[in-house]
Amino acid sequence: MATLLLTLFIPLAGSLLLLFFKKDNIQAIKYTALGISLFTFLISLFLFFSFDSANPGFQFVVEMVWIQAFDAGFRVGVDGMSMLLVMLTTFITPIAILSSFGSIEKRHKEYYVMILLLQFAMTGVFVALDLFLFYIFWEIILIPMYFIIGIWGGKDKLYAAIKFFLFTVVGSLFMLVAVVYLGYYVGSEILQMQSGFTSNFLIIKDLGSAIPYDVQKWLFWGFALSFLIKVPIFPLHTWLPDAHTEAPTPGSVILAGVLLKMGTYGLIRFNLEMFPQAAMNYASVISVLAVIGIIYGALVAMVQTDVKRLVAYSSVSHLGFVVLGIFSMTVEGIQGAVIQMVNHGLSTGMLFLCVGVLYERRHTREISEYGGIARVMPNFTVFFAIAMLASVGLPGLNGFVGEYLTLIGAFKSPILNSYWYTIIGTTGVIFAAVYLLWMFQRVMFGTNDNPKNYNLKDMNKREWAMMVPIVIFIVWIGVYPSTFLKISENSTRLLVNKIELLKFGKSTYELPGYENPAEKQETE
Amino acid sequence: MQELIKFLPLFPLIGFVLIGIFGKKIKNEKLIGGFASLMVGIPFILSIMLFYHLLSTGSQTPEIVHVFTWIATGSLDISVSYQLDQLSVTFALIITGIGFLIHIYSIGYMHGDRSFYRFFSYLNLFIFMMLNLVLASNYLLTFLGWEGVGLASYLLIGFWYDKKFEGVRITWNGDAGMKAFVVNRIGDFGFLIAMFLIFVTFNSLDYVSVSETAAANYDFYMNSAIVTIITLMLFLGCTGKSAQLPLSVWLPDAMAGPTPVSALIHAATMVTAGIFLVARNSVLFSLSESTMMVVAVVGAITALTAASIGLVQNDIKKVLAYSTVSQLGFMFVALGVGAFYIGIFHVMTHAFFKGLLFLAAGSVIHGMHHEQNIKVMGGLKKYMPITSKTFFIGTLAIAGIPFFSGFMSKDEILWYAWSSHLGGWGLWVVLAIAALFTAFYMFRLYYLTFTGNERFDHKHVHPHESPKTMTFALIVLAILSAFGGFLNLPPALVPWSHADPLLKSWLKPIFADANMIMGHQAHGIEPMMYVLMVIATSIGLFMWYVARKWYSDPQWSAPRSIAASMKGLHKVLFDKYKLDEFYYATIIDPIYSMSKSFLWRFTDIKIIDGLINGSAKFVEQFGERIRLVQSGIAQNYAILMMVGIISIISWLMFN
Repeated sequence: MATLLLTLFIPLAGSLLLLFFKKDNIQAIKYTALGISLFTFLISLFLFFSFDSANPGFQFVVEMVWIQAFDAGFRVGVDGMSMLLVMLTTFITPIAILSSFGSIEKRHKEYYVMILLLQFAMTGVFVALDLFLFYIFWEIILIPMYFIIGIWGGKDKLYAAIKFFLFTVVGSLFMLVAVVYLGYYVGSEILQMQSGFTSNFLIIKDLGSAIPYDVQKWLFWGFALSFLIKVPIFPLHTWLPDAHTEAPTPGSVILAGVLLKMGTYGLIRFNLEMFPQAAMNYASVISVLAVIGIIYGALVAMVQTDVKRLVAYSSVSHLGFVVLGIFSMTVEGIQGAVIQMVNHGLSTGMLFLCVGVLYERRHTREISEYGGIARVMPNFTVFFAIAMLASVGLPGLNGFVGEYLTLIGAFKSPILNSYWYTIIGTTGVIFAAVYLLWMFQRVMFGTNDNPKNYNLKDMNKREWAMMVPIVIFIVWIGVYPSTFLKISENSTRLLVNKIELLKFGKSTYELPGYENPAEKQETE
Repeated sequence: MQELIKFLPLFPLIGFVLIGIFGKKIKNEKLIGGFASLMVGIPFILSIMLFYHLLSTGSQTPEIVHVFTWIATGSLDISVSYQLDQLSVTFALIITGIGFLIHIYSIGYMHGDRSFYRFFSYLNLFIFMMLNLVLASNYLLTFLGWEGVGLASYLLIGFWYDKKFEGVRITWNGDAGMKAFVVNRIGDFGFLIAMFLIFVTFNSLDYVSVSETAAANYDFYMNSAIVTIITLMLFLGCTGKSAQLPLSVWLPDAMAGPTPVSALIHAATMVTAGIFLVARNSVLFSLSESTMMVVAVVGAITALTAASIGLVQNDIKKVLAYSTVSQLGFMFVALGVGAFYIGIFHVMTHAFFKGLLFLAAGSVIHGMHHEQNIKVMGGLKKYMPITSKTFFIGTLAIAGIPFFSGFMSKDEILWYAWSSHLGGWGLWVVLAIAALFTAFYMFRLYYLTFTGNERFDHKHVHPHESPKTMTFALIVLAILSAFGGFLNLPPALVPWSHADPLLKSWLKPIFADANMIMGHQAHGIEPMMYVLMVIATSIGLFMWYVARKWYSDPQWSAPRSIAASMKGLHKVLFDKYKLDEFYYATIIDPIYSMSKSFLWRFTDIKIIDGLINGSAKFVEQFGERIRLVQSGIAQNYAILMMVGIISIISWLMFN
């Protein structure tokens, strides 16, 4: 219990602590921020190792009623899926901070305050078990992210920041309406509580199917819209290339690494969990958009001339696999989606780091400005190649495991009930090879004939320190994904059981040693 | 004993990692090359031990050795585990045996290269992946190896990444590597879809259980749509990896890689992965006659077209590359007509003679200071005695001159193409013409390179024989090319013996189910066998005579006048039927321009962003009207948001 709270609040405390630092004490600020994020990672390791993967439910739960009138509370806890995403957050943040050392050149104090605040809110999103609390964390994220893009970003930073803000706010608006109405409906109509309102997710999650379908479907879309914008799904994706491209390197790393996953996480946690009926009915609509996103993102990535924008569009493609996996509503598909969230955070995060390494040296992102870099930066070439190949989905590296599972999940899904999603989605693996290899070819291979690139320095120690940990996990997940699949396996089974019971009256997956409340109701 | 199979891939993996990480620091070429060779040599010895183990136990069923669980979730349970049987051991012997020789050869060939260590690291990676491909006990692990060898191939084709290479829309060596990878990915798409279908149909991805289920219910699956689609999708994968039409375009450009790579990856081993995959799935393939027909026809057409291109090429490696494509076509015909073991036999003899020819070509290129155009060679026999002799033996083998190895396997393919119930005289005719072309372009290659006038510039080029590390491999492979065919003597040559040929009886357990499904065809010795054999042999001998006559004339007047009289045809062949240009014009360029102008510039920027920016502008103006004092835009929307929320909530509450 305490470890979860520590993981959540240490970054916030650190952020407040940094406020007391002197503005020009830059070194102290940098290393304190790094230290805090590393410490948080250590604490989260304890959390990880004390997590019981046999238990599919929420663990380390803390419940405190906050506003009695609304039955809104501080309720947090993690299950298998959120556990992995919390780990991703605590893992990526120190790396992002390390990369900030090279890419942030002004207003250091404010920056590191923002980034720790961001970590606090991101962790909050993944652990919140109260709709009100979740919404607060969701909104808090906007503030630091808006400033990180708007102040420390590139040329068109303001345009990008506002666009990011706008899209997210529009989405949140719908979600807030849904939260309020859901809380009111469950509180008064179903449970007839005294408060007439509740935002307790632990209660609401099992009552979703009790809501009349006419209401349920609107609530479903209220949440889904907000999440789908965040993912982002075609055609709501256009904020992403601007935000990713204009953000400073660590901003892009966090955006791609963690922020996008809030959307896909939300889809699983809230849409599938609370409104399984609506989710089943709209699965095919959303999956069609996901598959379009896979192809569309890849094709548009292919024609980019800006390396960073290319990587940004590749996210649209990769996240399409995640959404497809989620709405396959099979254990394979959702497990694939969860591991693919982690994978995308690692490999795309690393691609952004690599682009950052180049950008810090040349201050341009135009592909045509490069060529033959392999000759002058051989070590960097190896890391860039690994990130690229992981993103291409080469078996033996992490990306393959996620893509394969989401595709096979969608293929066998009784809810999607068509092979075409997978067949068309699989062509995405061809295009991924095209745009990534072609970019790599133009940037790294050929001869180095641009005089500005003659004397580029290979990676320094700090850059090694950023990349090596990611490579370890890229290989680990590629070769032995069981370590991570195991963590979320039972939580996923629990969710899929619930859906299958609703749809077919029986479930395929066993949960050893766990009694399914839904099944219990059936037998009673 | 069978546990040894675990260690086969382990050694090259160790080699890859250690050389990759520490190789840069070690300046001693012999140490790096020797270590890398050892990491392939040990698995070769282990393969021999496994071979004897299988021989002595006479095992009829595969033994599965589990290593660890790879991907397990839901109903999926895939492990890294290896399958020990006659097929996997045969391929392991070829891969590690030829691989070892080529490692030794490379020590000489790559001497003095700036990235000597990187080359050997990649070679070890290739061997590791290739062993996974053939030893795997399930589709997904084979797929790991399948893509892994593709990676090694990509890295090695683009090994000299700052060198230029000529090809259609290819500027750098790396472009050729990329092309290989991407074209292979199209095939991999088929492989993936096939795996998905297999999983939902047979509920497993293990070779043994899929084959057993299919064989046990063969009347249910016989010619069923699902099996036909599965096998066609698998075959799409094979056309990528084994460079068959329509995906054959990458292999000639893969010649951008160093020559030992062409020998090992793009001739002897990796490109035969497609044949392996069909053989591994012989049960499924034999269940679909339509697929078998497709395999045979695609193989035959590829064999013929590639051989015809080979007739007019002037780059020593390009000729050999088209020859490889053509020979792979022969192998697919063998598989397609149900003569699985003959396909494997040709994989083996081809590995010997094509490996030899490439290495000998490498020796020529090495001795000629990286010249590859045979028009400016000639008379090299004098300078490179070992290279020229071994090359000649390779030529005799591939041209089907009795009783060299190629003769034995090719003759059998031709016979089955004629006589199998899945074949017919049409297939035989196509293959016979392809064989005629083969004999011609190979002897042409030999005579232009090693005999006649010395057409190179003596001031700059001083041809010399290659060092012993290189000629050693040539000699060993020459011996194998000459005598390797005796491993599987065609019954027609030994009519007095009633025993099966060696290779056939060795591979019998592998193809037992497939043969059962196809209906056992007991072939006796037929007179027709001899007729066809004589025809095929005379073709080879005649072409030898023609090539020798034409190219001993220093003016090459006969071939020149023929080329001049058939200018159009000559150009079509010289331009390789313009297949690359066709793909660019019909597929690649349209997709590219559609993505750029329609998807990106129009849909993304004009439509979606236009709509959103338009509505944002509208809201902004609206906001400014109701809030006269306002500085930041973000706040505007925060206020608006609240207004919106409150109004919607009140609507919901009071409605």
